[in-house]
Amino acid sequence: MPRSLLVVFLAIGFALPALADELSRARQNELLYLLEQDCGSCHGLRLKGGLGPPLLPADIADTPDEALIDVILLGRPGTPMPPWDVEITATEVAWLVGRLRTGKVAYDR
Amino acid sequence: MTGNPARAAVLICLIGLAAALLAACTHAPRATGDLGVVIERAAGRLVVIETTGSTILTRVPGLGDTSHASVVYSRDERFAYVFGRDGGLTKVDILRGRVVGRVMQGGNSVGGAISQDGRLVAVANYEPGGVRVFDAQTLAQIADIPAVAADGSTSKVIGLVDAPGNRFVFSLYDAGETWIADMADPAAPKLTKFTRIGRLPYDALITGNGRYYIAGLFGEDGLALLDLWNPEAGMRRILDGYGRGEEPLPVYKMPHLEGWAVAGDIAVLPAVGRHEVLLLDMATWREAGRVPVHGQPVFAVARPDGRHVWVNFAHPRNDTVQVIDLVSRKIVATLKPGKAVLHMEFTPRGERVWVSVRDEDKVVVYDTATLQPVAELPVEKPSGIFLTARAHKTGL
Repeated sequence: MPRSLLVVFLAIGFALPALADELSRARQNELLYLLEQDCGSCHGLRLKGGLGPPLLPADIADTPDEALIDVILLGRPGTPMPPWDVEITATEVAWLVGRLRTGKVAYDR
Repeated sequence: MTGNPARAAVLICLIGLAAALLAACTHAPRATGDLGVVIERAAGRLVVIETTGSTILTRVPGLGDTSHASVVYSRDERFAYVFGRDGGLTKVDILRGRVVGRVMQGGNSVGGAISQDGRLVAVANYEPGGVRVFDAQTLAQIADIPAVAADGSTSKVIGLVDAPGNRFVFSLYDAGETWIADMADPAAPKLTKFTRIGRLPYDALITGNGRYYIAGLFGEDGLALLDLWNPEAGMRRILDGYGRGEEPLPVYKMPHLEGWAVAGDIAVLPAVGRHEVLLLDMATWREAGRVPVHGQPVFAVARPDGRHVWVNFAHPRNDTVQVIDLVSRKIVATLKPGKAVLHMEFTPRGERVWVSVRDEDKVVVYDTATLQPVAELPVEKPSGIFLTARAHKTGL
């Protein structure tokens, strides 16, 4: 096996768990707080909707992950939904979408 | 003498009267003119406060989902009507600190208003889109006004206010319409509709004299104006193109049009998607200038004398409040009350302003002359602050 390929494998091997660990518990809690308090300004503190649509598991069941991630990262032109990529990474949004699907989105108080 | 039964009876009566008076003193009747409430938005509670000593009197739980909750008052300033996000309309006796009535009137609501005569409470609903009107005494439903637009679509309702002549005025967010509901016959509101007022009206206000209704537009650079003294003229666009064709910034918190910041003929409005407040000349309805500010304004609220305007800002620049002097049109103070300032409410004569700081679980009271904090109260995730003086103001 060429040495460079080995390096790549090793790098991937190390990088994958690192990616999952990247979201510290503290950051996860920050994201859940942001979801409730700031997303909640339009979608409701309990995500039952407001000026923006409801985001409970049943409401987003038919929308694929990629579509939800895109809307959160890039916003929805022509509507009040802003792009959040200025303060949340794609990895973090993917994690948030996973939590939205479970409906377990309460932050540690 | 002491043996005189008549005298003894009089003496006993006097002692009894004195005791009754003493008892009355220990339970002295309390007026409500210096009271108010703060929403604990996450806990679904009201905090009853008083502004003379800047203290908390009691807490009232059981209000459901109070995201974006707002409050209007009965004309005797004793009852607060709380409009919750979950469609709950709750009547709270702030003197006794308890809920005295609650109806789940819709699926998802955004605010409400009380009629000029104090008999009707109207609620603006997102779901089902429309306005429902209730008896202020009993909370029995009196009228239902579904927001079905000219094209047959249903719409969320925003910007509901009361207007003189026992009318309510509100706008249809999705459809871009403004309706007047004349409540002369409360069970059969007479509707006057204005269509095509502009794209996505997101909030509205009515001037203190109840004459002008102004809807802010999210979908366009401008506002829509209705002169209620001359509704036949229809709605007209004002401050059209205030963004000068520039792409607006993304908006992380919708601005609110509440109250009416006026100094002389100049009104102050938050610009959507811009780090500016707009100055509007109310004589000509033209722009009179703009003031660059710290972030995207959410509320621009005038001190009651109209000289200073206090402005708070959208996420993530929401740790700051700026004070604009409308004479010099300059920022005279940049304050840092704490993380996530959501609302500001002046005492009726303007010597203090109450500021809710959500992420630091506190309400800070500022002296408006020295611009220094003078009190701080622990309040869990505070949002709206509503003082009873609103009872006597059109549109609040």
